[in-house]
Amino acid sequence: MSSLAEKSTAQVELQKAASSRKPRHTAFIIGFIGPALLIYLTYVIFPIFSTLYYSMFHWSGIESSKTFILFDNYIKLMTDSIFWKTVLNNLLLVVASIFTQLPLGLAMALLLMAPIKGIRLFRTVYFMPLLMSTVALGILWTFIYDPTMGIINQAFDLLGLRSWQMGWLGDSKTAFLAVIVTICWQFTPFYMILFRAAIAGIPDEIYESAKIDGASGWKQFWRITLPLLKPTIVTSSVLSVIGSLKYFDLIYVMTEGGPDSSTELMATYMYKQAFAKFNMGYASTISFTMFVISLIVAIFILTADKNRAQAS
Amino acid sequence: MTAVNSIQRIGLYVIAILVLVVTGYPFIYMVATSLKTQPEFFEHPVSLLPKFNFENYALVFKLGIDTYFLNSVIVSLICVTAIIYLSAMISFPLVRMRFKLNRPIFYLFLAGMMIPVHTTLIPIYMLTKHIGLYDSMWALVGPYIAFSLPISVIILTQFIQEIPRELDEAAVMDGANPARLFWSIVFPLLSPALATIAIYNFIHIWNEFVFGLVLITTPAKMTLPLGLRAFYGEFSVNIPGIMATLTLGSLPLMIAYFLAQEKVVSGLSAGAVKG
Repeated sequence: MSSLAEKSTAQVELQKAASSRKPRHTAFIIGFIGPALLIYLTYVIFPIFSTLYYSMFHWSGIESSKTFILFDNYIKLMTDSIFWKTVLNNLLLVVASIFTQLPLGLAMALLLMAPIKGIRLFRTVYFMPLLMSTVALGILWTFIYDPTMGIINQAFDLLGLRSWQMGWLGDSKTAFLAVIVTICWQFTPFYMILFRAAIAGIPDEIYESAKIDGASGWKQFWRITLPLLKPTIVTSSVLSVIGSLKYFDLIYVMTEGGPDSSTELMATYMYKQAFAKFNMGYASTISFTMFVISLIVAIFILTADKNRAQAS
Repeated sequence: MTAVNSIQRIGLYVIAILVLVVTGYPFIYMVATSLKTQPEFFEHPVSLLPKFNFENYALVFKLGIDTYFLNSVIVSLICVTAIIYLSAMISFPLVRMRFKLNRPIFYLFLAGMMIPVHTTLIPIYMLTKHIGLYDSMWALVGPYIAFSLPISVIILTQFIQEIPRELDEAAVMDGANPARLFWSIVFPLLSPALATIAIYNFIHIWNEFVFGLVLITTPAKMTLPLGLRAFYGEFSVNIPGIMATLTLGSLPLMIAYFLAQEKVVSGLSAGAVKG
């Protein structure tokens, strides 16, 4: 309480100081803030309201005629089984990202701290997937999964495991799994560098005193490294959730959401409705729902973060 | 960290090399396949020892990959330059000057980190058509700059907060107006942070796909990711040809990475700032 009071008096003083400081430089502020703010409002903020507006119309997007139908698109969305499928797929993607990319990234970061030779080579190569454009990577992996010429089925052939061969991306049972593997391949290095930076920031003295106390390698990991990485784990999870909710490029390139919508995500479904089927009104409903979901997730994360900060 | 015995050490090597193969193999496969002829590929699809045949690369250039390259370079450079100036200019008054709107404006940019691109896609498509920029490289500049601003403003405002206020005050006492103070004192001091946002945004803009997909249709105006996809559709069965385009398309960032590894790594991890 006392610190809060101090803070507010400090703020009042600052405000006083600010208001007494003349001149007010209004022209400077407008001139410097204006251009960036204008672009941002035009291309990011204003479109959100436009999307909400469009979402209440039956509208192809090609003809200018729109029919106002209020929430009919939303009612349709709630009974659209493909939409629910995409929500589920997005959710699976979030779960897969958090529970595979993060642990793998941490393991790779620890590996880069291990007392082995050739760390520079390992580090250089481990990071490379992150530099490739998602489009290039999607095309590359489409061929890796190719039923006849792809290296995965070829490898099974060489190992005498013919029965393990599959039409990975063409089969609705395996397509989503195959895509998730590719996504993990692409993004795990990102979490690796975040964890590596965080581990490098843990002071050596902590480990040294633990060693004197006789803590083994595993014990050190569970008792020291992991608890100290908590903030990084939280940040990584947040990034992972946000990234997974708007995922698009790779799926669009590799499967276009198919086969049988088995890899369809909210973003690919929205794109198809808008630019392939020309149901822009309905597509706006999907994209505004995506925005609302992101908003709810953001609010949830922020409150959870606040509670955590207050608890500690 | 801790002493390990030799068995553990061997285990570590095994895991490290396994991860190396999983991350590195697709790249080697891509380059090796790009150097094969089509019959060679059909005969030995997995082999990593091609006969070093460069005709796929000649073909890819003949089909005009250089146009996509040039378009990507132009768009990326224009956008990154604009982002550097615009985000530096807006961040300075947001941190250093007090006016009614600086908190709300800052939170507006912070919120931008959460906004899915797709929510803005249809309105931006409509706007672009309306103002006559549809199907030109200029159509991409607005959205690219706008979506790069949140992260850039967050990084720069954090950085400016760490610059000692005494510097500004001394300059103001010497009679410098805010614009002069910014351009001759603050802006040069921002260069490390500006380098970070330049790298981060360059990589993202270079690889950006969905706005290009929606806003450009003429092949001659496409950026590299769109061009790669167009090639992919055109080549269909010429897999070595496709691998040559992928290799060429990935080359610029790879070269940049090998030349300035630490900078690129820290630039990319800048995306992890906490608001």
